[in-house]
Amino acid sequence: MKNLVILGAGTSGTMMANHLRPKLYLNKWNITIVDQFKTHYYQPGFLFLPFDIYNENQVKKVGKKFIPKDVNYVQKKIEKIIPEENKVELEGETLKYDVLIIATGCKIAPEETDGLLGPLWKKDIFDFYTYEGSLALRDKLRDWQGGKLLVHITEMPIKCPVAPLEFAFLADSYFRDKGMRDKVEISYVTPLSGAFTKPTCTTALNYLLKEKDINIEIDFAIEHVDNDTKEIVDYEGRRIPFDLLVTIPTNKGDEVIEKSGMGDDLNFVPTDHNTLQSNAHKNIFVIGDATNVPASKAGSVAHFEAETLTDNILLYIDGFPLKKEFDGHANCFIETGNNKALLIDFNYVTEPVHGKFPFAKIGPMSLLKESVLNHWGKLAFRWIYWNMLLKGIAIPFVSRNMSFKGKVFDIKPEKNN
Amino acid sequence: MAVKTIAGVEVKVTDDGYLEDMTQWNKEIANEIAKELNIELTDKHFEVLNYLREKTIAKEALTIRSVGKSGIVDIKQLYELFPKGPLKFSSKIAGIPKPTSCI
Repeated sequence: MKNLVILGAGTSGTMMANHLRPKLYLNKWNITIVDQFKTHYYQPGFLFLPFDIYNENQVKKVGKKFIPKDVNYVQKKIEKIIPEENKVELEGETLKYDVLIIATGCKIAPEETDGLLGPLWKKDIFDFYTYEGSLALRDKLRDWQGGKLLVHITEMPIKCPVAPLEFAFLADSYFRDKGMRDKVEISYVTPLSGAFTKPTCTTALNYLLKEKDINIEIDFAIEHVDNDTKEIVDYEGRRIPFDLLVTIPTNKGDEVIEKSGMGDDLNFVPTDHNTLQSNAHKNIFVIGDATNVPASKAGSVAHFEAETLTDNILLYIDGFPLKKEFDGHANCFIETGNNKALLIDFNYVTEPVHGKFPFAKIGPMSLLKESVLNHWGKLAFRWIYWNMLLKGIAIPFVSRNMSFKGKVFDIKPEKNN
Repeated sequence: MAVKTIAGVEVKVTDDGYLEDMTQWNKEIANEIAKELNIELTDKHFEVLNYLREKTIAKEALTIRSVGKSGIVDIKQLYELFPKGPLKFSSKIAGIPKPTSCI
């Protein structure tokens, strides 16, 4: 018997278990998936928790439910990967593997920024990238009296890069609905040179910030948080005051990657951009947030990666060359508040475009334009996530590579330095 | 894309003024681009520029963080050398592509 081991039972790991089990003979391949946690969170829901749009029960389920029955599910902490010996050390157990899939994801590392974990943490400073952070922020917002709200990104890359902006848009709607928008000043603080990381988006969508009366502070690389004066301070000494700081801390890969000496300076695993094979070890593959590929760290990207990776693992096992197929395809809904959303579609080299999705000219969804239908698409996605995506069921008409049919390349990026 | 004469050399540049071909770069070109950005280049600047070029050739993604850990400068010093655009301006002067980040 041969062994395929998947590290991490999040979005990517669960999808891979579901894709591979029916394709690998039961009498030839054991599949084992390891994750120390029992609960599988619907992470896109963390955006909605603070605003009481979703409740706790809508964003978590028991992870094991989504793992096929012929896959061994091991709920243990992963201690170390030893690639030279094809071994993974768990708490009190060692697993041998022939093929390893690393799907250990990424998480926030607030300790990377001086002062972030100071006296104001969880009092006036919150994150919403963890279940606990998102809930604590919900409780804070429920009776917050207003003031200066900063939505702040520490550094790239981060999981779901548009979530902070969606947070700002939803905050605008939330405070309007509460009749207290005039008491809240919202600013969006980014280390990048625009609100959107893709220049075509900045051109097409900057009106949204004006419309929602959201200030923007660009090129702000935070050095520390001043807990005494309630300000964030950048490397050039620029200071921005806050009453409530909602920050996206530095995102890093899992510490097991660091302990195993397999990551870059943020613990992301160097990975071939097109095949998803580890650069260092031929029998190790990497998927989702754990990789260093320059695509978004998002479930939709992991979904497209999983299809390519499934093919490549089968090719690898049979000794064939791998497909250089993955193109960085991402397809994301962006909540813009007031029950509207945008949909964007892009890849490593192509910026988001106008057009219709998924059918050329027909849609029904519009790319890069706000619509109510897109918002319902985003909400419906939660159902798709639990019922189709995790189980490896293909989403109809949405292909792994970006399609150029019905897309309009009419936006020129803004010029800047 | 456009052709621009920098320090007497015809080079291909992007709409933003970044060199299309990093092999066309030399010290004089660096000095002239730096001047446009009001930066006077010192040896320390060139240490950073050479580091950025080496990493680009090695296809390693550049971030402010990684340059800060290069052993050449820390992040604060990088800002002092290239005010307002530690990575954007340094990349432009180093003749390498504009740093990209993903949505």
